[in-house]
Amino acid sequence: MSARSAAPSLRPVAAVTTGSGDRDVARAEARARRRLLVLGLRVALAVFIVGSWELLTTLNCYGPDSATCIVDPFFFGKPSGIYQQLVTWVNNGTAQGPLWEQIAVTLEETILGFAIGVVLGILFGVVLGVNRLLSDVAGPYIKALNAMPRVVLGSIFIIALGFEIWSKVALAVVLVFFVVFFNAFQGVREVDRDLLANARILGADQGQISRHVILPSALTWIIASLHTSFGFALVGAIVGEYLGARRGIGLMISTAQGTFNANGVYAAMLILAILAIVAEWLVTKLEDRLIRWRPNAITEIGI
Amino acid sequence: MTPAIELRGVTKRFVNPAGTSFTALRDLDLSVPPGEFCAVVGPSGCGKSTTLALVSGLEPPSVGEVRVLGEPVKGVGRSVGYMFQRDAVFPWKSVLDNVAAGPLFRGASSRDANARARDWLERVGLSGFDRYYPHQLSGGMRKRVALAQTLINGPQILLMDEPFSALDVQTRALMENELLDLWSATSASVVFVTHDLEEAIALSDRVIVITAGPGTVKSQYLVDIPRPRNITEVRFIPRFIELYQVIWNDLRDEVLVSYERSKRRAVA
Repeated sequence: MSARSAAPSLRPVAAVTTGSGDRDVARAEARARRRLLVLGLRVALAVFIVGSWELLTTLNCYGPDSATCIVDPFFFGKPSGIYQQLVTWVNNGTAQGPLWEQIAVTLEETILGFAIGVVLGILFGVVLGVNRLLSDVAGPYIKALNAMPRVVLGSIFIIALGFEIWSKVALAVVLVFFVVFFNAFQGVREVDRDLLANARILGADQGQISRHVILPSALTWIIASLHTSFGFALVGAIVGEYLGARRGIGLMISTAQGTFNANGVYAAMLILAILAIVAEWLVTKLEDRLIRWRPNAITEIGI
Repeated sequence: MTPAIELRGVTKRFVNPAGTSFTALRDLDLSVPPGEFCAVVGPSGCGKSTTLALVSGLEPPSVGEVRVLGEPVKGVGRSVGYMFQRDAVFPWKSVLDNVAAGPLFRGASSRDANARARDWLERVGLSGFDRYYPHQLSGGMRKRVALAQTLINGPQILLMDEPFSALDVQTRALMENELLDLWSATSASVVFVTHDLEEAIALSDRVIVITAGPGTVKSQYLVDIPRPRNITEVRFIPRFIELYQVIWNDLRDEVLVSYERSKRRAVA
C-alpha cells in the first residue's frame, strides 16, 4: 500500500467539467423544425377538407339539377357558395338588415347574458358556499333546477319578454348561471384550511377572510368556468333568436333554413365560430391577468 | 408571575361525521413562563399540533382550561402568532402583500402596513423580493415570508408547528439561527412543536416530551446550554449530547408504542 492512499487528502476533488452546449442548440433547432411541421400539416389539413368538399360538390354536375353531383351542394352547400353568401351579406346586407347589425345584436345578447349570469353565479356560489345552512336548505332545489333541460325555458321567455333582446339575454343568463354557480360554490368549499386558519390568526374578520382568502381561492375555479360559459351564452342567444326574433344571427340561420339555403346556414355558422374563438382568446387574456400568481397557468394542450 | 401559557387538565376529543370520537389529548397540564422558548417533542399523532390549536383559540378544549397571558382563551386572540407546518402564505398575494396582511387585517392603513412590511422583509433578508409571488420563491424564502408575516404582528405568544420540517438540512439550520436571532429581540414565549429531538434541544430552554396519543406530558427537561447559540455548532457541545441521550431514552419508548400501533392498524 502506498503512502499516498494511507493518508487521505481533505482537499476537494477537482470539479467535474460538463460537456459543451452543442446538444442544446441541436435540440432548439429540432423544436423549431417541429413547430413548422405542425403548422404546415395544419394548413394542409384545412386545404384538404375544404378542397375535397369543393371538388365533391363540383365534379360530375350536369345541367340545372345539382342531384347528379357526387355530393349534392343543394343539401350540403359548397365552400365557394358559402364565400359568395358572405360577400353578398357584407355588400348587400341580409334579409333582415345589414350584416353588422345582426352580429351586433347577437353579441349584445350574448355579452349581457354572460355578464349577468357570471355575476349572479359568483354571488350565489360564494354566499351558498360560505353559508352551510343556506346551502343545505337550497341544495336539492338547485339540483332539481339544474337537472331540467334549460333550453325549454326559451319558449317561456319569448312569451314573457317578447321578441326583443331581453328574452335571449334571459335564456343566456340561465345557461351561464349554473355553470358559474357550481364552480364558484365548489371553489369556496375547496379553500385550504390552513390558509383560513392563518388569516384568522393574522387578525382577519369574516369579511376580510371572504375578500382576501375565499374569493381569490375560488377565482381559479370561476375563471375555468368562464371558458365554457361564454359558449353557453352564445348558445342561449342563438337558440333564443331561433325561437323567435326580429334580428340576429340565429334568425339568419333560421331564415336560411326556411329557404333551403345550405350555404347561408354554413356562412352563419362560420361567423359564430369566429365570434367564439375571439371570445375564447379574450377570456384567456383575462385569465392570465387575474391569476398571475398561479405557478403555471394551464395552457392549451397543443390544440 | 402568571405563566404566558397555561393548560390545566385539558382533554381534546374530535368527533368525525361518522360519529366515532378520537381522543387527541388526555388530561394535559402544561405551563410556559413568559419569554421562554419551549419545545414539544413526541411521536407522530400524539396531539402536538392539537396543543397549538388549543392555545391559539382555533379549537376549544373538550375538557379543562386554556389560559393565555392569564386570560382564558375565547376564540382567536390578538397576542398569538402561528407558523404552520405547510406553507400558509397566500399564493395570490405578492411577498409584500403577504407580510402586510396582518397589520392590514388589524386596521392599519395600507401605507403604514406596507412600510412595516418592507422593514420586516429587510430583517428576514428578502428586500428586493416585494413583488414576487410565493411560487417564484424557494422553500426557504417562503418560510422567511411566513416568519415575517407572523412576527410583524408582534405576537407575545409564538406557536410553531414543525415550521422547518419540509426544508433541506442546510436551509433548515440557517432558518433556525435566523429564528433565534429574531426571537431574542422580542420577549415572546414560544411553543415549538417538532419530532426532531436535535432541533428541539438546539433551539429551546425546555423540552417537553409528550406520550404516544392520547397525548399527555411525560417529562420535561431544562436545556441549560447558554445563549446565544449557533445551531450547527451547539450539537458538538458535550452537554448537548448528554441531554440528547437522556431525553431520547425517554422519547424512544413513546415512539416505539406509536410505531407498534401504526403497524397493528396497517395489519387490521
